Amino acid sequence: MNAPYFLEHIWLIPLFPLLTAAVMLFYGRKLANNIVSYLCAGSVFVSFIFSVGAFFQLVAMPQGERFFTKVLFQWLPAIPYHMFDGRLANFVASWEFQIDPLSAVMILVVTGVGFLIHVYSTGYMAHEGGYYRFFGYLNLFMFAMLILVLANNFLMMFVGWEGVGTCSYLLIGFYFHRKSASDAGKKAFIVNRVGDAGFLLGIFLCSAVLGTVRFSDIGPTLRAGHFQNGDPWLTAIALLLFVGAAGKSAQIPLYVWLPDAMEGPTPVSALIHAATMVTAGVYMVTRTNAIYELAPKAMYVVALVGAITALFAATIGVVQNDIKKVLAYSTVSQLGYMFLACGVGAFTAGIFHLMTHAFFKGLLFLAAGSVIHALSGEQDMRKMGALSKRIPVTYWTMLIATLAIAGIFPFAGFVSKDLILGKAYEQDVLLWAIGYFTAGMTAFYMFRLIFMTFHGTSRVDHEVEHHIHESPKAMLVPLVILAGLSIVGGLVSWPEILGGNSHFVHFLEPVVGAAHDARMEPLKGPSSRIGEINLMLLSEGLVVLGILCAWYLYIKRTELPAKIAKSLNGFYELVYHKYYVDELYDALFVNRAKDLGLALGWFDTNVINGVGVDGAGWLARFVSRVSMWWDTWIVDGSVKLGARIVWVLSFPVRLIQDGLVQSYMLFIVIGLIGFLGYYFYLAHYAVH
Amino acid sequence: MIPVDYYLFLSLALFTIGVIGVLTRRNVIIMLMSIELILNAVNINLMVFSRMWGTVDGQVFAIFIITDAAAEAAVGLGIILAFFHNRETVLADEMDIMKW
Repeated sequence: MNAPYFLEHIWLIPLFPLLTAAVMLFYGRKLANNIVSYLCAGSVFVSFIFSVGAFFQLVAMPQGERFFTKVLFQWLPAIPYHMFDGRLANFVASWEFQIDPLSAVMILVVTGVGFLIHVYSTGYMAHEGGYYRFFGYLNLFMFAMLILVLANNFLMMFVGWEGVGTCSYLLIGFYFHRKSASDAGKKAFIVNRVGDAGFLLGIFLCSAVLGTVRFSDIGPTLRAGHFQNGDPWLTAIALLLFVGAAGKSAQIPLYVWLPDAMEGPTPVSALIHAATMVTAGVYMVTRTNAIYELAPKAMYVVALVGAITALFAATIGVVQNDIKKVLAYSTVSQLGYMFLACGVGAFTAGIFHLMTHAFFKGLLFLAAGSVIHALSGEQDMRKMGALSKRIPVTYWTMLIATLAIAGIFPFAGFVSKDLILGKAYEQDVLLWAIGYFTAGMTAFYMFRLIFMTFHGTSRVDHEVEHHIHESPKAMLVPLVILAGLSIVGGLVSWPEILGGNSHFVHFLEPVVGAAHDARMEPLKGPSSRIGEINLMLLSEGLVVLGILCAWYLYIKRTELPAKIAKSLNGFYELVYHKYYVDELYDALFVNRAKDLGLALGWFDTNVINGVGVDGAGWLARFVSRVSMWWDTWIVDGSVKLGARIVWVLSFPVRLIQDGLVQSYMLFIVIGLIGFLGYYFYLAHYAVH
Repeated sequence: MIPVDYYLFLSLALFTIGVIGVLTRRNVIIMLMSIELILNAVNINLMVFSRMWGTVDGQVFAIFIITDAAAEAAVGLGIILAFFHNRETVLADEMDIMKW
């Protein structure tokens, strides 16, 4: 049977951005800005069209068979090796693109949100240098991200995984002439390497234990029945993979790079550090859910790390003054929610939150970028205020996104967050409590941001005040579209309890697999339904309370926050300085690494260079000195002695060499006379 | 006809004057002139024997020697001029740079 066109050509989706990225990075310098814009945004749009086509052709397949895989070519030839249990396995890795409901959702989010952010960037970056470079990196990122989500084996996924990391590094350090930006890029890269080490070990262990790195083989291998629930090897694989996920998705203890990553241009923060790349960890955990299902301990670790990260980052977000830093910690916090969802087995809820988060957090960043744009680069919220009338479109769209992230009914964030909290409540009340409390804090700090930025009295610098202007259309249109998605995004999985049918969750269920259904007892009884409603009301109440607190502190009694900060001085300082985690890491790892470098440097200078190189040099000099002495006194001396002897012996001969022409002439004449005399003598006497 | 002996004695006298001039005069230019006398003494000898045997070999040699003498005078005077430039002297007993 011939496969439908868009599924058969699924591999084209990442290829379009790759082509334009290549054009940009090789020839971009010579292209005009508007050509760059059309090429780059256009290629992502084509990818989006192909993604939509693939999505609908996938939906057209019967439920339960929605899976398609396309091998482009074999990458590594089959390599036989022995697994841990002694069986022989073949290590195979191909460039194999797969599409199932999970990948379909991911490519839609990546290309859709990615396209909007590309459009936004044409406005935002219009006056920046390196326009083509920016778009080249951005398209390269799209390529890597699409490879990541379309891969059907760990190796190919790792290619995308490292590709997005590289692009993230390049884009964080986009303003490379700024030291803080290049430092932030390095930090992101190095912290991610720590995670990637775990990810790689996880892949190795997976191939050694399961005998395959192909995603669609992992499930059947596990179901074949060689593994107990809670098998230690599986737990180890799951934990190692989670180390990788925690690095990429900025979870404790590897979250430190994400707030610094805000040094990059704002569209980058929106696309890479909010909507897509940082969710790769959540995607990867969901993709390998079959392993996690058999490793409950690892699941619990994932849930706990997620919940603690959510709360921890939220507390830091409360006291930040940089508008992008608030959003960055908010992102870390929301990623914590997604891992909490995965950890309690609600993978679909995690992916659902991933999608809605892509909408409203992408929007928040873009709107923040618009605010920064309007204020000529000002990012400090203490120098904002009363902007709601000056930049109304930005204000309204950002307000919608804030309502969505806070989880106000009926915005997208409400549906996904309550889905997670509901599942968490079924599993573990403690985890639910952390998530619940974090929801209140999220509402508080997000509305703090809104109030400080758009309401109250203006604290804008005088000269900046004159230049406040609404952003160009290219920036506003994506804002409006994303605002629309933030409102209606929840409808695709409207909870059954409120008269919906949870389409999205059911759509994803085949990916999550049978093991999930068997373990998770779906609470369908009437009592649990009431519980679900109660939980929703409870969280709505807390969210409203958080908003009221923010209103009271930042509109009504603006002098209060400073007083509270003063009365809680020590604690406030601790949180304001982000719990001194960066300083702790500096003391524990960074400076120790530097010490190691210094020690190795000392070793190089003193041992390798001192003993090795300088010692060899000294030895060579010493030997040559001995040889020189031998030459001077023995070889030269014997030659000179011979010359001296000849000189002494030639003394009498030298006497007649007086240098006068006439004396030589005299000798000639004497010789002539002598010869003549001899011949005369012969002539005279020889006759007789 | 004047016998050959006369010529030979004239030649011998010229040659002796030339040799004595080269040996005793200090001025290099005069030594060059004396060398011309020696060469011309040889020329007379050659002419005499050429005449005596009725061949032209001697005359050819004489022409060669005259040419040689001219060349020698040119080169010799050049050397003397160069030397005078350096040492400000044309006296042979002050020229001892050929010493070892």
